[in-house]
Amino acid sequence: MSQFTRRGALAAGALAGIAPLARPALGQGNYPSRPVQVIVPWGAGGGTDATARIVASLLEKEMGQPFNVVNRTGGSGVVGHSAIAQAAPDGYTIGMITVEICMMHWQGLTELKPTSYTPLALMNEDPPGVQVNASSPYRDIKALADAIKASRPGQMKASGTGQGGIWHLALAGWLGAMGLRADHVRWVPSNGAAPAMQDLAAGGVDIVTCSVPEARAIIEAGRARSLAIMAPQRNPQFPNVPTLNETLNINYSVGAWRGIAAPLNLPTPIAQKLTASLQKVWNSQEFKDFMNARGFGMVWGDADGFATHMQRADQTLGDAMKAAGLVRS
Amino acid sequence: MNALLDAIQMVATGEVLVAILASAVYGMVIGALPGLTATMATALLVPVTFYLSPIAAVATIITSSAMAIFSGDIPGCLMRIPGTPASAAYTDEAYALTRKGQAELALGASLWFSALGGIAGTVALMIMAPALAEMALSFSTFEYFWLSLLGLMCATLVARSSPIKAIASALLGLLVACVGIENPGGVPRFTFGSTDLLGGIEALPALVGVFAVSEIMRAMVSAPPPPLPNRKLGSILAGQWDLTKRFQKQMWRGNVIGVLIGALPGAGADMAAWVAYATSKKMSKTPEKFGTGYPEGLVESGAANNSALAGGWVPALLFGIPGDTITAIAIGVLYMKGLNPGPTLFSEKASSMYALYIVFMLANILMIPLGILMIRVSRQVLRAPRAVAMPLILLLCAVGAYAIGNNPFAVVLVAAFGVLGFVMERNGYPVAALVLGIVMGTMVEQNLVTSLIKSDGDILPFFERPVAAGLAFFTLAAIFWPAVVWLIRRLRPAAAAR
Repeated sequence: MSQFTRRGALAAGALAGIAPLARPALGQGNYPSRPVQVIVPWGAGGGTDATARIVASLLEKEMGQPFNVVNRTGGSGVVGHSAIAQAAPDGYTIGMITVEICMMHWQGLTELKPTSYTPLALMNEDPPGVQVNASSPYRDIKALADAIKASRPGQMKASGTGQGGIWHLALAGWLGAMGLRADHVRWVPSNGAAPAMQDLAAGGVDIVTCSVPEARAIIEAGRARSLAIMAPQRNPQFPNVPTLNETLNINYSVGAWRGIAAPLNLPTPIAQKLTASLQKVWNSQEFKDFMNARGFGMVWGDADGFATHMQRADQTLGDAMKAAGLVRS
Repeated sequence: MNALLDAIQMVATGEVLVAILASAVYGMVIGALPGLTATMATALLVPVTFYLSPIAAVATIITSSAMAIFSGDIPGCLMRIPGTPASAAYTDEAYALTRKGQAELALGASLWFSALGGIAGTVALMIMAPALAEMALSFSTFEYFWLSLLGLMCATLVARSSPIKAIASALLGLLVACVGIENPGGVPRFTFGSTDLLGGIEALPALVGVFAVSEIMRAMVSAPPPPLPNRKLGSILAGQWDLTKRFQKQMWRGNVIGVLIGALPGAGADMAAWVAYATSKKMSKTPEKFGTGYPEGLVESGAANNSALAGGWVPALLFGIPGDTITAIAIGVLYMKGLNPGPTLFSEKASSMYALYIVFMLANILMIPLGILMIRVSRQVLRAPRAVAMPLILLLCAVGAYAIGNNPFAVVLVAAFGVLGFVMERNGYPVAALVLGIVMGTMVEQNLVTSLIKSDGDILPFFERPVAAGLAFFTLAAIFWPAVVWLIRRLRPAAAAR
């Protein structure tokens, strides 16, 4: 099945060659008339890659042309995000952009912002949870919050991803909402959610703020408990986990999201056509089954909804990063 | 018993058997192409698994990754292009055998002990998965720190050059590992404003560069070797039974090391192969033969990296924690197919679990005939004239590096590391130590820094937990043992004189 990349690579090469010649001749009415490239800024096999591949295969069914997924990794996501933004806005290169686009520019890693793209659709969002070891004395989120407030700064340790990653900002924002400093609970950087959950089970850290689906296996194995999620509503897949708002009256929510976007200045008819097809994909049974099986949160936003969503996330995350001292100018 | 019968029925369907056979051939071919790895073979299978039944889907991943890990040894042995960081540990040894005209012995050993290692790993998975998972779960960053330091120290053990040069190479590797933003502080280091360097330098392009490209450069400056006598290819498995009897202890030790290290998430087959090779050399009666084309180390590390592959499934199946990049992908597929990892998989879905064990066994048995076929085909490469083979290998290196992330920068890296590797080897610096530095550097740093954050800068916890204390003792003993030996030698003549 190696054709998947090879076909993608060939298509990419072919696109680069043909695109300048073919573009004027292409009517927008019969879009898409040739294969479309879907760029994923993260590696093959991960959650973003899997989501992009199911979306691509359903779009292919919907629009009658191959949608080829190409993983452009490197530079902690910067390389792939740039490749999407810099492609020709002809509808034949689109990509899956992720929450990092609202974070990287604050750290001075790239110039790219949410406004560097034509947003097409928001497909998914996973809110952070608050997980503790199964033998931890904190039975509910209230007890944990009280314990955090009573602890001296830096006494408690939390993990979930690298320094300045999305789950770090979730913690920083939550602490801020409780009126504490962003580093009141010290962040222990990890190589992603799985190693952090392992360290939680091994007794290395007190709290892990990754999403509940990422923590699911360890929770189901009876080694950890999820006390709350930082979202407006409970997750239907994990109905026993309350929201922060219910118990602490803190209306704070950030999440890791994924959406489909195109380069800036994509002609409106093409954008509308893609958004309409993506909505059909999102509503399809296959997509629902896939997302439910993986435990990924189903959140929909059309072009405008996605744009507002990104703008809000950009602001919230920027504030959290400033509070955590991660912003570099 | 019923569960076992159910499991046999689940595997013995046309769909599953065809899936196993097809993915076996696919994994064998992908793994044998220089630069294309077992991880990539697995990742590319994910879209196919959308359309398969649960057991068939997981079977394709198990089978193709096992095949690809073995066949990754083929280009390493024939052309000195290691397929994975795991096979880099013994690439020089296997290539030395090839140059002695014993390619089939080297490849046969690789195949035979890979298959046996895979079977041993599966048996370990079957009978002690819960115990192994318990061990993996008790490892915190303190234990990982000592383990990765121990792994790094293998640099001086595996090298045939002077220890000083080996340490210098490993330090250079550590410097390379510093590049990028993927460090505990999240601060870009040595990136010079380049976006490509932000993600750091991955081990694979460096590996292909220092081994393969430098070998091509060496071929360009040296006279062609006398052509290998065009004799009939001997039986591939003939010598293996002898080797099995001769190096039985080494094989078992390799299997145990593989299963234990493989079960530790994040350590995986790479570290297992290095540690096994180093152990083998350290324990050998004839360590001076290592690196000259001597099968002892090959047996132990070849067994270790395939048994580690099965070991890596333990934390994945019980806790959803990936043991390596392959199981990280597999976990996604397990969820998608409703085989959610966790203890319930073993209790409520016992028949599915047995079915997976059967697939593991089938895959490792199927590896032997398919592997023999693959070796016979690929051995023709050695007969190709140099002027044809070398440019093709260079092309494959470039394509393979590009294919990792569809990023042309990786090709530049391969070229740069090729030059570096050439210069280093000309001056007697072992390139394997450089690769080990790159692979282990990130782990050592990550675990040291996070441990210090957790302990508020106190070093006592590095020795407090029992397992950490044990590993610390091993590591420190390995560091100071040479000094102790030297002291004893100094003192003994003095004592004798008195």
